[in-house]
Parts: sequence; structure tokens; C-alpha cells
Amino acid sequence: MILSQFIFVPLLAAFLIVLLARKKENFAAAIALAACAWILIVSFIAFFKLSSHGGMILNNTSGWKIPYTISLILDNLSAFMLIVVNLVAFLSAFYAIQYINHFTGKWNFFALFMLMVTGMNGVILTGDFFNLYVFMEIALFSAYALVAFGTESEELEAAFKYATMGAITSTMILFGIGILYSYTSTLTMADVGLQLRSAGAPKLIFLVYGLFIAGFGLKTALVPFHAWLPDAHPSAPAPISAMLSGVLIKTLGVYALVRIFFNVFGAPTVVLQILMLLGTLSIVIGGFLSIVQWDFKRLLGFSSVSQIGYVVIGFALGTPLGILGGILHLFYHAIFKSLLFLNSGAVEYATDTRDLRQLGGLSKELKVTSATNMVGTLSISGIPPFNGFFSKLIIIIACISAGQIVIGIIAALVSIVTLAYFLKVQKHAFYGKKGSAKVLEKVPIAMKTVMIILAALCLLSSVIMIPSIRKNYLNPIVDTVMGRTSYIDKIEPYLDNGSVK
Amino acid sequence: MILYIMCFFLFLVGVYGAITKRDLIKIILAIGIMGYSVNLFLVLLAYRTGALVPILKEGLNIPASMMVDPIPQALVLTSIVIELGITALMAALAIRIYQKYDTFDITKIRRLQG
Repeated sequence: MILSQFIFVPLLAAFLIVLLARKKENFAAAIALAACAWILIVSFIAFFKLSSHGGMILNNTSGWKIPYTISLILDNLSAFMLIVVNLVAFLSAFYAIQYINHFTGKWNFFALFMLMVTGMNGVILTGDFFNLYVFMEIALFSAYALVAFGTESEELEAAFKYATMGAITSTMILFGIGILYSYTSTLTMADVGLQLRSAGAPKLIFLVYGLFIAGFGLKTALVPFHAWLPDAHPSAPAPISAMLSGVLIKTLGVYALVRIFFNVFGAPTVVLQILMLLGTLSIVIGGFLSIVQWDFKRLLGFSSVSQIGYVVIGFALGTPLGILGGILHLFYHAIFKSLLFLNSGAVEYATDTRDLRQLGGLSKELKVTSATNMVGTLSISGIPPFNGFFSKLIIIIACISAGQIVIGIIAALVSIVTLAYFLKVQKHAFYGKKGSAKVLEKVPIAMKTVMIILAALCLLSSVIMIPSIRKNYLNPIVDTVMGRTSYIDKIEPYLDNGSVK
Repeated sequence: MILYIMCFFLFLVGVYGAITKRDLIKIILAIGIMGYSVNLFLVLLAYRTGALVPILKEGLNIPASMMVDPIPQALVLTSIVIELGITALMAALAIRIYQKYDTFDITKIRRLQG
């Protein structure tokens, strides 16, 4: 299994689009779709082949051994994340073919899109701190540009805000990496973890924890760091909103936090408590701020803040059940939040507005969008048998069984609030009396197809809750996170610890 | 040690600027200062007084303890390139914002709220 193809295929696609497909817009879309389809298939193969490789594939990118070279590491957690990212990326790219007709410079869009996919796949696969930073910057750089893609006043403002906050916190992350390097003289994650475990952590490690929580917390949009999200995600074109809310905040935020704090630092209690607090704050504040929004996409943005809080408290509980809930909610949220953002894009495409006060009674004219939006609403509010029900139930049960009863009750109550603000969307956009906005255009077939596929996935992905499937495919992921230092132990045999020759 | 403290002080100057300044260009410069301070920090980590180039060669027997650490220097090169990209992108955004709003003052650029 060549792991670097997850990085070089989208990167190559991005450059081919710029080199060959300038102004030939359908060719650009074809290249992007082909690359997305390729890495989606390969990520499924990687996920199912992984167990025959002993649960870990390590590729060194040069003739040297780690820690002297850059390594790409695929374990259960990263294989799972690859599927989530590339699934949403493929569907968003497919949706974008027709949606992006409203903009100029289609090839620009697809080139930036593929760069973002490159960055996210890189973050997931890398086994090296500095590479994590570099790939994160690649993904963020293209995200800043894509948020500003419409070049209207709001979009530019949101992109500048996002870029400012992103750049400050990325610098903080680099500072933290520098401190870690000064103590351990290595950048390989497993080696850093090994040395901290054997030599004990210095006092300065708390500064590193703080820098990383602020840095990756901002990318996750946890509450004190969430201010950019409700501006940036709605301003982007709908397929990009789906990518940003669906996978970018999870890859750069939650995945990086979990990989670093669980696998490298061994889940220090103080960090888990901080994440718990921030997660609970996100759930409550994000949920209540959503209710008062009248912009369809902005409401979805605040809802992302709230839902990402569920994922984070799942992981921060540190119990196997909590982590299972976190992983499931991460996957399910990627599906239904992408669906909802794509629905909002379809509404905007058809009526040219996303103000809920002007919409109304769309269910007769936009039948498919209305139906898929209903599915998304039911999923995100946790109505059985849709997928959101299972993940939220597991997180709430995990909270109660871990003794965090108050947080469990808060999570259950905000779930009702979620239902409330999505019913508001249903009432004001799709049902109720006719608004002032007219349906100007029909929703194109490619957009409809993607929405129907995602709505079907909202139901079908509940299948992984069947005990035998869960045991075979989900439990190894939980073990990867829970094993805390098993990540280090698995990589240790590959480490070349010889002195300089 | 004093060098590290001054380096951290430079970092704080950047954070202060990025948080308190109201001008888009000054915010970009403040983020630049933060980046420089971190680059300086990485170079300082590698520096050893009186050390030589890290080259292994016949007839040039430099003991490992007398070599400068080359990795942070490679990191700094990469991070300078990244910062160049980010600064250029932010400057481009600032120019487009100026065309839309006719001002660089962030207190007047407030379409998005809440």
C-alpha cells in the first residue's frame, strides 16, 4: 500500500487543473472528480486491508528510517478519517460541478478544492509534527481562499477574519512544536511520545498543552475560539461550506487534538478536563445562538459549533464508550451537516436568498430539497432510526456512566434545542405560508443526486451500529485512541535509535 | 536565557499588535512579527556557541557535540515560505476589502455580526 498517493494524487490533480484545464471548465471538473474518486476507492481498500497488515502501515518517504525521515502512518483511526474526508470530498466535488456555474473561474475553484483535500489527507496520514503543521497550512490556505471565492464584501471580511485567527493560532502551534523539539530533539510524534514517557515531561509541557489547545481548539471552533466559524462557513460556496463544516474542522481540529493528546501525550487529565469544559460550553452556546439566527447558513454554522461540542466531550470523557460516541458522531455529523449545507446551497441556487424571513412554502416547488432537508433535520436532532440518534445516545449514556450526570443532562436538553431550531428552518423555509422569495431556477440533477445519496447515507450509516460490524470495524478504532501509548509501542520497532554514524 | 526571554517578548508584541490594532495592514504586520519571533526561536534552539557546520566528511573530524543542529534551520526555511504565502493572501484580501469598503479600519468593516 503506497500511502503517499493520498497526498500526491490530489496535489497532482490541483496542478494539472492549473496547467492544462485553464478556462476549460468541464475538463477541470473531470480531473477533480477522477482524483476524488480514485482516493475514495483507495481509502476504502486501505480501511478493509488494514487488519491484514497488523493494524498499522508505515511508509518512510526516503531511504532513511524514522526519526531521520518523514513518515506516513496509517492506523485504524486515520483509515477511518480518510474515508470520512474523501467521501464528503467526492460528493461535494460532484455537487459543485453544477452549483459553481453561478461563479466565474470554475477551474480556480477545483484547483483550490484539490489542494484542500491534499492538506487534509496529509494531516491525517503524517507521523511527524512539522509535517502536520505544513499540511495544516496547505489546507487552511486553500480554505481562506475558498471562503473569499465569491469576492463580495461579506465573503472578503469573513475570509480576512478567518485568515487572521488561523495565522495567529498556527504560529502558536509552531511555537509549541519548537518547545517540544528543544526538549526531545525529534519531530516524529511517536519518538516525542516515547521520550516524554521515558524521561518524564518537563514543567514547560503545560505551556505546550496550552498552545496546542488554543491552536487546534480554534481549528475545531470550540467556544472561546469559535468566532470565525459562523462567518466563514456561511460565506463560502455551499460545497465548500459542506467541506469546512463536514470535515475540515474535524480533521484539523478534533483528529489533531486526539492524535496529539491521546497518542503522544497519553491523555493528561488536566487537558481532558479543559476539553470537557470547552465542549460543554460549545454545546450550550452554539445551540442557543442558533435559535436566533435568520440566515439559513449562519444557523447551520452555529449548529456546527454545538455539534462539534458533542464530539469533543465524547473524546474528553476518555472512556471507551465515550470515544466510540465521539467517533460515531464525528462520522455522522460529517454526513448530515454536509447534507444540510448542500440543501441550503440548493435553496440559495433556486431562490437567490438564504434569509429565512423571505423564504417559505418551498416544499411544493423544491420537493427533493424539502425531503432531504427533513431527513437532515431528523438526523441532527437525534430522532430514531436516523444516525444522529445512535451517536447522541451513546455520548449521553457515556456521560452518565462516567459520572458526569450534569453534562449528560445538558447534552440531552440541547438535543431538544437542536430540534427546535431545525424545525424553525423547516417551518420558515419549506412549509408555512409563501414568502416573498420566488423560485427562479430549478435545482440541477447533479445537486439533487448528491443530496439524495447523502440522505440515504443518513439512514444507511446506522448499519454500523449492528454489533458484529461494530465489533470488527469500530472497536479497533476505539482501541487505537484508548490504547493511549499503543501507538508509540507499535511504531517503536521501526525507530532507528542509533547514534549519528 | 535572556535571548529566549526577548524572543518570547517579541512573540507577545506580535500577539498584542494582532489583538489591539484596528488597521488591516497593521494586523498583517503583527502576524508577521509573531512569525519572525517563532522563526528566531527555532534558530536559537539550533545555535551553539563556537559550533561548526554539520558536515560529515573525511578529514573534517567535527565531533557531533560541536555541530550546529541543522533541522530547525530547515524548518525555518519552510515556515518562512508558508508565512510568505499567508502574508500575500492576507494582503490581497486587504486590498479587495479596501476596494469594497474604502477603508482599512476594522471597526468600520462590520457587515457580519452576532
